[in-house]
Amino acid sequence: MAQNPNPRQLMQSLPWQRSEKMTKKLIIIGAGMAAGRMLEHLYDAGKDWDVTLFNGEPRGTYNRIMLSPVLSGDKTYAEIETHDADWYAENGVTCRFGEHVVAVDRAAQTVTADNGDVLGYDKLVFATGSNPFIIPLPGHDLEGVIAYRDLEDTERMMSLTEGQKAVVIGGGLLGLEAAAGMAARGVDVTVVHIMGHLMERQLDEAAGYLLRKALVDKGITVKCAANSKEITGENGHVKALMLDDGTELPCDLLVMAVGIRPSTQLGKDTGLAVGRGIHVDDQMLTSDENILAIGECVEHDGAVFGLVAPLFDQAKVAAATLDGTAAQFVQKEISTKLKVTGCDLFSAGDFEGGEGTEDIIFRDPARGVYKRLVIRDDKIIGVVMYGDTADGSWFFGLMKDGTDIAEMRDTLIFGPAYQGGSAVDPLSAVAALPDDAEICGCNGVCKGTIVEAIQGGAQDLPSLKASTKASASCGTCTGLVEQLLEVTLGDEYAAPEAQTVCGCTDLSHEDLRLLIKSKELKSQPAVWQELGWNTPNGCHTCRPAVNFYLLADWPVEYQDDPQSRFVNERKHANIQKDGTFSVVPRMWGGITNATELRAIADAADKYNVPTVKVTGGQRIDLLGVKGEDLPYIWNDLNKAGMVSGHAYSKGLRTVKTCVGSDHCRFGTQDSTGLGIKLERALWGSWTPHKVKLAVSGCPRNCAEATCKDVGVICVDSGYQVSVGGAAGMDLKETEHLAAVATEEEALELSIAFIQLYREHAKYLDRAYKWVAKVGLDWVKERVVDDLENRRALVERFELSQSIYRKDPWAEEAENAAKYAPIADLTLEAAE
Amino acid sequence: MSWIDIGHIDDIPLRGARVLKTPAGCVAVFRTAENEAFAASDRCPHKGGPLSEGIVHGQSVTCPLHNWVFDLNTGAAQGADEGQIATYPLRLEAGRILIDGASVGQRSAA
Repeated sequence: MAQNPNPRQLMQSLPWQRSEKMTKKLIIIGAGMAAGRMLEHLYDAGKDWDVTLFNGEPRGTYNRIMLSPVLSGDKTYAEIETHDADWYAENGVTCRFGEHVVAVDRAAQTVTADNGDVLGYDKLVFATGSNPFIIPLPGHDLEGVIAYRDLEDTERMMSLTEGQKAVVIGGGLLGLEAAAGMAARGVDVTVVHIMGHLMERQLDEAAGYLLRKALVDKGITVKCAANSKEITGENGHVKALMLDDGTELPCDLLVMAVGIRPSTQLGKDTGLAVGRGIHVDDQMLTSDENILAIGECVEHDGAVFGLVAPLFDQAKVAAATLDGTAAQFVQKEISTKLKVTGCDLFSAGDFEGGEGTEDIIFRDPARGVYKRLVIRDDKIIGVVMYGDTADGSWFFGLMKDGTDIAEMRDTLIFGPAYQGGSAVDPLSAVAALPDDAEICGCNGVCKGTIVEAIQGGAQDLPSLKASTKASASCGTCTGLVEQLLEVTLGDEYAAPEAQTVCGCTDLSHEDLRLLIKSKELKSQPAVWQELGWNTPNGCHTCRPAVNFYLLADWPVEYQDDPQSRFVNERKHANIQKDGTFSVVPRMWGGITNATELRAIADAADKYNVPTVKVTGGQRIDLLGVKGEDLPYIWNDLNKAGMVSGHAYSKGLRTVKTCVGSDHCRFGTQDSTGLGIKLERALWGSWTPHKVKLAVSGCPRNCAEATCKDVGVICVDSGYQVSVGGAAGMDLKETEHLAAVATEEEALELSIAFIQLYREHAKYLDRAYKWVAKVGLDWVKERVVDDLENRRALVERFELSQSIYRKDPWAEEAENAAKYAPIADLTLEAAE
Repeated sequence: MSWIDIGHIDDIPLRGARVLKTPAGCVAVFRTAENEAFAASDRCPHKGGPLSEGIVHGQSVTCPLHNWVFDLNTGAAQGADEGQIATYPLRLEAGRILIDGASVGQRSAA
């Protein structure tokens, strides 16, 4: 659109604005931060240029980074303007703001503006910046779908009023600032991020977890690993964002902040060499010697740029090049120090590790601090910090200088002030618990009470048990109580050594379970951070345990993580020593029929199963199935109505039965029927170790119920339920739990026992080991005597089963591609 | 080196692995929690366990058969176990995984 010449433009022709020398014509396309900085350098050097500045936005240069404070209301636009009208006037710049350059004629050295004006140049600078990337979701062109790039977008977000809803797609810096800014104005904001954690380019998972927690505390809803599917509208205006899992997020405004792309179209049309950005050399010259390019639109040595520091370096080099002085743009190692919505973050270098790297990690759960140094060959190569970034520049200095840190390795993470300091306190997690945190669940004793008792003179475990009852029942909180003694008494108390989960933590399984409950830790990163794990994401020992504890305690909130499971539970089949798998379909209560047997026989033929075996759990095992055939054989078995037998899981395996009163002349009750009911209720559940049941129809006990985790023996008067048997490495007869009159009670009792086991046992403890630790009386109190508690246990089990009572084979059969090799280079080689 | 595109990083589960069939045998391609990719022999030198089925933690993998742990950078067994698996040069470019074809016995592409 044509613009009337304004008074400032006329001023440039005043004689005192001009030198006597031949003035060269410089045209700059784009008035962003790089262009503004380049002009400053140009005028500082005192050379004379006749500058015309085009800008698509109808304004001059402002500090784009500061749009967030404008959004949150902490600053006004006037405060973030870096080059105002007066500045351009003083320097005689012809401003063509709100105008675009539509064509460049390199041969004639002219540009054409969108109003048709043709202007000649001696030198031309592309500073066209970047364009926000808009995901081409259905509905992306609806009114109310915006990017976050310029003042217009910011003003649009500021127009939302309290209680209105906004969705932000993108959990990077820009997206989070948009979210926080709107949330500060009382807008109900949801952030949708496709990756597993926020700001994955600047932060690792642990720091991303802390950031998420801070945002959630501000009332922002954060959805990670969420895929957007469609934007729905009403009367042409955005109405909601649909995720591919069916979630609908209603919104009045949808902000896409998923990244930027160098704006290169004009450069391409002009015939310049363009890759991801406009190619420039070390002098910021493009493939045309009279055309330079700077800022986010360029590509230098394979890199494109988004942070301000390298842009300013480019501006300086470009000014020198125009000036005819030698200068060279060098890509520097840069650190990012950010404050996202009040949270301090710092990252630098390569924090994704790489060949031969190791980590030094510091976590302070109480202060919400996380620091990680990535080390290679005794040098720091990467830094990530959250919460306390005070030492960031010191670490960055060591990194840039390539300082050998071998000597100070032990204390390095504490920063310059603590060289020679003491080691991390393993008790910090317990010390950080609030006074009202429940330590002893059995007797309802909280931390404050225990600490008071210790200070009142109860200075060892027995006297604490006597005075407070803490750890006097099941004993699983003993470790925590001892740590409290240690924290409160300091060196005066010497705790007995407790067995830790693994080398990643100083906590025992019992402490870990209690802390997950009392601190309401509902994700793996939460456990790693809040409990001070010393590895980035655990190991093969602790991760399966933590995964189980989380899903057992928070069945709804926590999502099971297959990558934290042993291969059998991930592949839903048992791995054999030759790397093939065994497949066992479920036979409810050991009952099958001709159709199922035919399907099993067909599958055995079709997939060349070398061995078919009848198992001790009354079902049929197909051994020697190839990994990539698994989804297909499951699909075939599914079609015949069969589901996974979970013969591979730390979960319910089988319920073995005898034929009972239906056929047997001694049978007292329908043992087969009860077995089937139990199996239908329990299947799919995860437990600390495998769980096997059996129901025998009379005391002759043909189903061998007295060596199972739960065994039921039918008698004339009803059902005898016994628990804690074993017939493996240990041989152990079950112990009598209770005799009940009805089938329902037998079911309820069995389920309540298994739920209690799920909630309290150490991972990989079979039920008999756990019962030996807590005592059968303790178990009876909870599942036999206390009917209310028994019902509550059954209810919690049912809640968990609403998620886990399903056939993994049916789900996985759809993911068949996952089971095949990622690629097959032997085929290509043959071609 | 002859770089061959074998797939996208997202084809591999986070903290997981997939098998790559090559003229030199099965190669396990790993993806860590931090989105790094590594390629190493899929065969544990102990009893031949498929390492692509192991638990990936930090920059290590644990063999599913007997819990041997290997550093994916060097291929060396960790802790008390002594052993070594072959590792293969691999590059990540804009999410694409490129493996050095020559190192896995691939004749140079036409």
